[in-house]
Amino acid sequence: MPVDIDAVVLSNDRLSKVYNVIKLSAPEIAAISHPGQFVMVRQDCETAPLLRRPFSIFEILRDNQQQVSGFSLLNKRVGTVTDALFLLASGDRLQCLGPLGQPFSTPPSSAAWMVAGGVGLAPFATLAEDLRQKGVPTTLFYGGRSAEDLFYVEWFERLGIRVLLTTEDGTRGELGLVTLPLKRELTTLPPTTELMIYACGPTVMMHTVAALAQAHNRPIEVSLEPVMGCGLGGCYSCVVRVRDERDKNSSQLLRSCLHGPVFAGDQLVWDDLARAV
Amino acid sequence: MPPINLEVAFGSLQLKNPIVAASGCIGYGVEYTDIVNLSTLGAVAVKGLFLEEREGHAPPRIVETPSGMLNAIGLQGIGVRRFVNEKLPQLRECNAVVIVNICGTTVDEYAELARILSDAEGVAALELNISCPNLKEGGITFGCSLEGTHAVVDAVRHATSLPIIPKLTPNVTDVAAFAKAAEEAGADAVSLVNTFLAMAIDIETRRPRLSNVVGGLSGPAIRPIAIRMVHQCRQAVTIPIMGMGGIRTADDVVEFLIAGADAVQVGTANFVDPFLWPKLLQGLTVYLERHGHAKVSDIVGTVDLSTPGISWISS
Repeated sequence: MPVDIDAVVLSNDRLSKVYNVIKLSAPEIAAISHPGQFVMVRQDCETAPLLRRPFSIFEILRDNQQQVSGFSLLNKRVGTVTDALFLLASGDRLQCLGPLGQPFSTPPSSAAWMVAGGVGLAPFATLAEDLRQKGVPTTLFYGGRSAEDLFYVEWFERLGIRVLLTTEDGTRGELGLVTLPLKRELTTLPPTTELMIYACGPTVMMHTVAALAQAHNRPIEVSLEPVMGCGLGGCYSCVVRVRDERDKNSSQLLRSCLHGPVFAGDQLVWDDLARAV
Repeated sequence: MPPINLEVAFGSLQLKNPIVAASGCIGYGVEYTDIVNLSTLGAVAVKGLFLEEREGHAPPRIVETPSGMLNAIGLQGIGVRRFVNEKLPQLRECNAVVIVNICGTTVDEYAELARILSDAEGVAALELNISCPNLKEGGITFGCSLEGTHAVVDAVRHATSLPIIPKLTPNVTDVAAFAKAAEEAGADAVSLVNTFLAMAIDIETRRPRLSNVVGGLSGPAIRPIAIRMVHQCRQAVTIPIMGMGGIRTADDVVEFLIAGADAVQVGTANFVDPFLWPKLLQGLTVYLERHGHAKVSDIVGTVDLSTPGISWISS
């Protein structure tokens, strides 16, 4: 059951000129959230900007006694709202409604691969912790434009995650797109390994990852980031076209706030998604 | 001082209070039962229904604008029969007062919808959507002509004994004439305003921000225009008015009541703060108390036109 918290900003760590991590005191939300869920946030600002914006829950924060104390958001400046979030100071407040949406599923598997593009890293910190707790060997494929777009690499490595980096300009990790090492590893993975793939990032990246997964007959879940008005199923703005499970030729528009944001990659009609962005 | 009573008589409907969830802004109501106790609202106007299921428009369906938003959802919906079978029982369980918003492409479709819903258990009233700006046919085509408005209301009037509330569009020159036409055709009340036809363009790509090109503007940005229209309709008709357009606070509710609304609907603000309902009720109670009124109807239509134009000085 979602709650609305007027959360205090504990810290705002600016990772670069465009990325920052906002730590929030909100144990009420953090304690009941699952990997892949999101919050709708808004600063108290009368009527402009008016609507809340969806954010994946990034890290779950714990105090010195290891009690859950809040969560963080990974923010990238792309417009008015995210610019304002970049400028938050500790002590400021942020209205947070959540946790919302369907989480990732973590069926028993012998390997898990998380594929992140840019700010698409956001839902994978909590998922990584969950997978490690379950003892699943986990790899993070993480791509950005340049070295300065890659963060928290050591954080994931400390958890025991194998991290494979790519940059489009070759300044860190392998030169190329994140799908390059993914393709290679998919080809060499023994067929007996029970693999689960997760992806989050630009639509075209997730589409490619979903296609690769399907070509290799591997299950995949993606976390979408459509425009959302309310996060609760009230406005019908965040619909995505999803294939009927029984009849693959028919499809329907589902609200990604209620039925997502996590969807099975082979359920989505990707051509429709590509058109919407 | 007697305790404040928020109950309102809205035509033949007795509402617990004058605050109603606006159609298109709270799904079918059932999505919000974790957050909103629907029985504490005056009523819930559920998402507009056609006879058949509809897909609606392709995304992007909304875009934020200054103190408002545009939407072009295109009335995606499950159709009236699935609503009656799947959603209405849940709404009855919540003890919600349900206003069903209906939309057709022909006059006969409105009448057919009214007949189906008259036979269903748990429908308090019908709101006739003759004002959706996002459809090529139906809806606003009726709401933009006096004859069309009269024809739909008249047909539904002959098909049901449920209270009928045509929802008027603000995209006309003289909205009061449309309220009058609805009243003459036998409407029990009118609700206004629906959204304003509008458009936003991405200047980098030079493409419209909505896939439907145009959409309906709602939110605080439209409130002063909606207030003016409610005021004009109050002078033109004697049937009750359900006022709406950009309500966000209890003060906004009070402004609509003073302008002449007997009850109000709240839509876009529910997206921003789904927990706002008790705050609105509390704020309305405080206002009535402060001004020495025991009931809501004491302030309805009490706008004082004798000394206009001075309030800006104090604010």
